[in-house]
Amino acid sequence: MKRSLPATILLLIFIFALLAAPALLPEFHVTLLNYIGLYAIVTLGLVMLTGVGGLTSFGQAAFAGLGAYTTAYLTTVHGVSPWLTLPAGLLVTAIVALSLGLVTLRLSGHFLPLGTIAWGISLYYLFGNLAVLGGHTGISGVPPLHILDVELRSGRDFFYLIWAILLGLILATRNLLDSREGRAIRALKGGSVMAEAMGVNTPRSKIVVFAVAALYAAVSGWLYAHLQRFVNPTPFSLTQGIEYLFMAVVGGVSHVWGAILGAGLITVLKQWLQDWLPRLMGESGNFEMIVFGLLMILVLHRARDGVWPMLQRFWPQEVRRARAEGVPRLAKRPLPEPGSVLLEVTDASKCFGGLVANDRVSFRVRAGEIMALIGPNGAGKSTMFNGISGVDPLTSGRVSFRGQRVESLPARRIARLGMSRTFQHVRLLPAMSVIENVAIGAHLRGRKSFVAAACRTDRDEDARLLHEAAVQIERCGLRDQMYEPAGNLPLGRQRLVEIARALAADPCLLLLDEPAAGLRYTEKQALAELLRRLRVEGMGILLVEHDMEFVMGLADHVVVMDFGRKLAAGLPEEIQRNPTVVEAYLGGVE
Amino acid sequence: MAEERSVVLEVRDLSVSYGKVEALHGLSLRVHRGEIVTVIGPNGAGKTTLLSALIGLLPLRGDLVYLGERQSAGRTVEQLVRQGMTLVPEKRELFADMSVADNLLLGAFDRYRAGHRDQLETIDHVFDVFPRLMERREQMAGTLSGGERQMLAMGRALMAKPRLLLLDEPSLGLAPLVIREIFRTIAHLRSIGVAMLLVEQNARAALQVADYAYVLETGSIALEGPSGSLASDPRVIESYLGLGGRH
Amino acid sequence: MDLQIALLLGQDGVTNGAIYALLALALVLVFAVTRVIFIPQGEFVAFGALTLASLQAGKLPGTVWLLLAMGTVIALIEGATAVRAHRFRRLPLILLLNCGAPLLLAASLLAVSPAGLPLPLQVLLTLMLVVPLAPMLYRLAYQPVAEASVLALLIVSVAVHVTLTGLGLVFFGAEGSRTPAFTDVSFEVGDAVLHGQTVLVIVASILLIVALYFFFERTLYGKALRATAMNRTGARLMGISGDLAGLLSFTLAGAIGAFSGVLISPITTIYYDSGFLIGLKGFVGAIIGGLASYPLAAAGAVLVGLLEAYSSFWASAFKEVIVFTLIIPVLLWRSLKTRHVEEA
Repeated sequence: MKRSLPATILLLIFIFALLAAPALLPEFHVTLLNYIGLYAIVTLGLVMLTGVGGLTSFGQAAFAGLGAYTTAYLTTVHGVSPWLTLPAGLLVTAIVALSLGLVTLRLSGHFLPLGTIAWGISLYYLFGNLAVLGGHTGISGVPPLHILDVELRSGRDFFYLIWAILLGLILATRNLLDSREGRAIRALKGGSVMAEAMGVNTPRSKIVVFAVAALYAAVSGWLYAHLQRFVNPTPFSLTQGIEYLFMAVVGGVSHVWGAILGAGLITVLKQWLQDWLPRLMGESGNFEMIVFGLLMILVLHRARDGVWPMLQRFWPQEVRRARAEGVPRLAKRPLPEPGSVLLEVTDASKCFGGLVANDRVSFRVRAGEIMALIGPNGAGKSTMFNGISGVDPLTSGRVSFRGQRVESLPARRIARLGMSRTFQHVRLLPAMSVIENVAIGAHLRGRKSFVAAACRTDRDEDARLLHEAAVQIERCGLRDQMYEPAGNLPLGRQRLVEIARALAADPCLLLLDEPAAGLRYTEKQALAELLRRLRVEGMGILLVEHDMEFVMGLADHVVVMDFGRKLAAGLPEEIQRNPTVVEAYLGGVE
Repeated sequence: MAEERSVVLEVRDLSVSYGKVEALHGLSLRVHRGEIVTVIGPNGAGKTTLLSALIGLLPLRGDLVYLGERQSAGRTVEQLVRQGMTLVPEKRELFADMSVADNLLLGAFDRYRAGHRDQLETIDHVFDVFPRLMERREQMAGTLSGGERQMLAMGRALMAKPRLLLLDEPSLGLAPLVIREIFRTIAHLRSIGVAMLLVEQNARAALQVADYAYVLETGSIALEGPSGSLASDPRVIESYLGLGGRH
Repeated sequence: MDLQIALLLGQDGVTNGAIYALLALALVLVFAVTRVIFIPQGEFVAFGALTLASLQAGKLPGTVWLLLAMGTVIALIEGATAVRAHRFRRLPLILLLNCGAPLLLAASLLAVSPAGLPLPLQVLLTLMLVVPLAPMLYRLAYQPVAEASVLALLIVSVAVHVTLTGLGLVFFGAEGSRTPAFTDVSFEVGDAVLHGQTVLVIVASILLIVALYFFFERTLYGKALRATAMNRTGARLMGISGDLAGLLSFTLAGAIGAFSGVLISPITTIYYDSGFLIGLKGFVGAIIGGLASYPLAAAGAVLVGLLEAYSSFWASAFKEVIVFTLIIPVLLWRSLKTRHVEEA
């Protein structure tokens, strides 16, 4: 992401301030900054997991504990070098995170945080009760870190290491989020169905982001163990896990810099409260938690996005733009022979409980043909779309797409074969720009993965993906709104964004669910023109639409549905004259 | 309708937005006592949005005068229900795991709270209007057929003894015979003095039963007039009554 | 382990399990009606037990101050709203309900010495002090964000839990309390001794569950709560406001929590922060029921109680580890059973 000049200056000032900090500040403040850094590393993982990916965890402290205990145990008992215990700790954390993730991530949203609470407690008691880990007293005598021959003994020595790692991780996280896989992660929050239909393997994205957040925590735990030189269970308790989440929410849960801000605010506030409250109360105890709790409730009531967005308003934001020149186009999929059968639906049925939404419907769509599926509201057209595209599989019946049976494949596999769709209820990510939304459609046309994205070796490919998105946006007549947040467009235009996104997938069959609803007359004409061009290029199009003028002027074939059944099929003129159809449409009121 | 023309609902310059997107712009409409007013229009024109905003499920801008009283911006669904406005939603929103009788009983929840313990009389009246519900009274609402569900949704709304009934696509997903029955009931309700705002895709049926009609297109009113004259308006015939343009 | 120990442990397990079951039911209820995952449920248990202990020790329980403070804040908020809407006639009622009633309660606590009162009256006072905190919490912490996502509400819950635990420390100190047994009766069943206290807990739990069943099946308000749980929009359209349902379900949950605290107080020593773990064990039960099924949740909770009792015998240090690790196979089982469909 290109940054504006003021933002760059602020960043430079921040880095210089950090460089100078250990030389200028007293020991106590350096220690405080060290802790802020350590907390921010864990919080950064949470930002990615919770703020961006929409998955809430209270158990991050336990993952930090895994990193800390692994190194403490291996270095003190087996004398292993700390530089080897880091990968070992990461490995242990990854194994635990993957197994926990596999169990909970399939469930709906709130089971994950409840699970994290449970294993947060369970791991805490495990640390505290295993004799090999020193029980509640913990493990002392953890050796200091060495970099080359320099021994990092004091907080000042550690400062640069912690903050270098933190800034490195922030950079990697920002890079990752601004990439193909990053857009898929950003779609997890409220856009999973859409992402799956665009070919994103959302369970994989979830588990990756969950594991990455756990690994960040493990890194922090490893640093902590060697900074403190001893570990005990307390800093890895559920209370600390809750505090991490508070840091993320206060700082700004969907902003990477919010991690540092939140960690800083909460840590400083805690320090201050711990000085003051016991004096006020006349005794000691975790009184600061009362204030934190109230603060949290207030933040959630009044400023759910946290503090960072409030600061961010003071400098201009720049959206990433597509490179216009010198970008080679993505390879296109060879389209099937015009006239050949693309999609064949046979006896498709779908039941919801006792309600039969689709009842043995059969039809075909050929390459280079526009087929319209019409029928009164509630006739089962959208259900049919969901069945064909794998979003909500059929109860029975066959769907074959390009000669392959697809009725039991997940949506993402069907998308891979070259079917792409739009949704009747627009499914865009409203805060993301139009071009980034459309780029999700091109997900399957890139290959570079997480590591490449974090290290920026994916730039050429990503430029091509964005260029492709830009081309499709222009095609749909949305050039002027390319860099606007998708949620700011009128509903009709949001439907056009959906079409651009579907086209970015380079499909050979396009499923459009009410594309013309909410469009003005001229926009409808432009859309019809676009669909005619696509037909000439050899694409097959299956269309659900209520605007009869639009349908009859455009479609080659029409299938009429009523009460889940196929009522009639034929050429547009035949359908218009069909008495059964007329009856169904007019409701037969005398 | 010459004898009694008191206005039940009057909306002036109403706009509704989802986030930054405006879905309805500057609508004005009126419903008189004992009158059926229909709003027809294509999918995506904002018909359901209109009803949701009127009943207070969505925030709106503009003037809303109900029973001669200007409604504040902070009005809630519950307040409007208390004042006799009731919505039969497009999705019916029944309590699926409860019996038909319990669904009806809850329709009178607000009146019960206000101290009117006469639900039994009302329930008999609802059973008069929908004898089928009487037969099904012990059955779970989730097991009813599509037409019965619509009857239950309407019956439940009648339990509140509404002064203005908002009907969202009552014909949706129903067989022609059932639609006929539903529309007969709608006409009957008018005869007992319930004012209705009827949103329909089934333009022909709606225009037949209604006194006055509005045509909604992309969030604003394109046409309005007495139903009879709209039903013979060529633009309406072309777009909504026939099967599209005759080329 | 011989049979006698097994029976003894089983007795412990069922007793605790009955308490967990009550909490699990409350959790399912609150979640179904309001979508709030009510983490602070456990604090009501602790507050109930500790308030009773304070009353019996002749001390003024700290919960009085919380009741007064929250009542005042609510009165201020509601009062401001009423004044802005020019509805001055509502002011006396607002003041009476939120400030008057708590003040009256506080005054009566000062006037009589609760330590000398008979047990049922002490329990009644405890409930009067603790239960109203639940709807007040709903009003202050949840109602303003009632339409937020489940996850945002969960974070609010955790924040409320943290605050209440901190306040518990202020009110009751770090030392635990245990009230004397309600009854010294015990029965001989074969070789084993059945304690009257155990029987009391189980009978009281069952009675409460039956009462809840009647409330939900037979009363209009109970049906209204179920309706809200089934279909929020549908219920609102009938004039059943989400706030009403929220206040009602929180009141029930608070009552169940405080009553559980009273029941458990002679059995275990309760500390200011004990409630959390107790509540979470109810949660494990509730999750077994998928946060939806009442009978499954209750059965799951009893299972948790038994597991806890037996694991405390075999591996007492790992008791909590075992109980909370149980959630993993449960979640696995749930994940194999359900197919999650995202809401639009």
